[in-house]
Amino acid sequence: MMTELIKIELYKIFKKWRTYIGFIAIGLLVAIIQTAMYFEGQKSLDFMTRNLQDSFLFVGNLLNGFFISYLILNMLTVHIPFLIALVAGDLLAGESTAGTYRILLTRPVSRLQVLSSKFIAGSIYTFSLILWLAIVSLGIGAILFGYGELIVIKSSTVIIFDRNDVLWRFLLAYGFAALGMSVVCSLAFFFSSLVENAIGPIVATMAVIIVFVIVSAINIDVFSSIKPYLFTNYILSWRLIFSDPINTSKLLNAMLILLGHIVLLYGVTAFIFKRKDILS
Amino acid sequence: MNTEEKIIEIKGLTKKFKDVKAVDELSLNVYKGDIFGFLGPNGAGKSTTIRMLLTLIHPNAGTIRLFGKPLNEERALILRDVGAIVEKPDFYNYLSAYKNLEILSRISGKDVSSNRIMEILETVGLKERRASKVKTYSHGMKQRLGIAQALMHDPDLIILDEPTTGLDPQGMKEIRDLIIHLRDEKNKTIFLSSHLLSEVEQIANRMIIINKGKTVVEGHVQDLLNSAGLKVTFEVDDLDSAKHLISQSRWDNKIESITNNKLIFNLSSEEIAVLNKYFVENDILVSAVIPTKSLEEYFLKITVDTV
Repeated sequence: MMTELIKIELYKIFKKWRTYIGFIAIGLLVAIIQTAMYFEGQKSLDFMTRNLQDSFLFVGNLLNGFFISYLILNMLTVHIPFLIALVAGDLLAGESTAGTYRILLTRPVSRLQVLSSKFIAGSIYTFSLILWLAIVSLGIGAILFGYGELIVIKSSTVIIFDRNDVLWRFLLAYGFAALGMSVVCSLAFFFSSLVENAIGPIVATMAVIIVFVIVSAINIDVFSSIKPYLFTNYILSWRLIFSDPINTSKLLNAMLILLGHIVLLYGVTAFIFKRKDILS
Repeated sequence: MNTEEKIIEIKGLTKKFKDVKAVDELSLNVYKGDIFGFLGPNGAGKSTTIRMLLTLIHPNAGTIRLFGKPLNEERALILRDVGAIVEKPDFYNYLSAYKNLEILSRISGKDVSSNRIMEILETVGLKERRASKVKTYSHGMKQRLGIAQALMHDPDLIILDEPTTGLDPQGMKEIRDLIIHLRDEKNKTIFLSSHLLSEVEQIANRMIIINKGKTVVEGHVQDLLNSAGLKVTFEVDDLDSAKHLISQSRWDNKIESITNNKLIFNLSSEEIAVLNKYFVENDILVSAVIPTKSLEEYFLKITVDTV
């Protein structure tokens, strides 16, 4: 029955126009960045490496598909959560708005099964969005720029990865990004269980992310004690994968914290949903 | 038709929303083969009760047993044999009627073939429009689709909340005929909530009237109508003599109104023949005796009395 329910939920998700907004937006976003980089990329790269050019001689194709994909992945926390909340926020609240709980929850399936199938379908949507990001970033990047070494500039270090040492890091980073975005999906899903229209969960999810990001960015003592508890701090931990050596304990810790958020948010949502009176 | 096998058994059902008791220790029984009328004014607690019967709302107290099984413990097993329309018919508007039914059939717990879906769409008159998205449907068409989704998996118990709302008179008659057909030919049990009292009067064999979440009266429709008394119109040839005769008799306090050549009395069924005989014995010709009884009048009387 679960498989059937998941198939149904996926069918419902992918029959809605709003689902494709995310794919179109990412496609456009990536295309715009790549076009801009095609014409102005060398200037940007020169600007980023301006302090190093006196001491080092850069040879080869550093403005390549890997470098552009790395830049695009950095934009993850800003744009993609909205696209995920757009669908995940509608998963439960959308049924309330449409009044379709009355036909769905009067079937011989448990509420937990319905909830889980929706959650899994929402997660699959999230993974597909990240997969789409990976395909358009790396795919179009290869066509426009070709591939070469990846230069990663951090505050105090510059790392240049050999072209053969990069792809697996990207695959792992996209996997980690999918995990981070699943927290956003879980958060929107949680808000979706509280209300009866989809706008509220989308706005609430974005509000939480914006507040958390701002709090994370402000370096004052009052906030430093709460920063470790903000999931937004860990969403960009995929950057650890582009270090040498990789700080695996820090990476695992971030993964566990994100997983913990997903489990907690799903658990609270299930608790609420099982007890909810369907009045719509 | 009616056996003693209880299909729905509700005991002491109570639901509070904050401080308001929507359903207050409601108890009722529906037997196999019943068309059970569920009546009450707006806000009486009908929809809340139906939602509790379908596990959409959790009761604060009381028990519900369907097919002799406790609803809470055996929900999935029970709901396989229940089909329902709850209030207005809402569907996935961005999908076709056929796809809506196909999706719901896959989680109905029964094997519903595509032929069966087509058959039920034909029964409710939507076969030709099966591929149209539901958002293009009128309210009446959605109502028909609601009936289709309630019946497609061939349930034993059918819960219908205002099933004829939005239908034209012909459509209403078709649904009434369908309900009677389901009971008489398919041996289904029907729990019918309706604000159209004449509808319940025409097709239900048993009924309950609730008000403010409480039972006002429950029983066989015919018994309840009889206990409410009859309004009987006597058409006579000589109205003045008849009026004089009545004013001199014990029937004077039974008369309700006099119009044209008609005298209207409130009588029990036994009294009709006695009064008719009384007129004839006193040389007043009675050209017609028209008994009228209405559930609507009874309903209004009962619910007003309990306010």
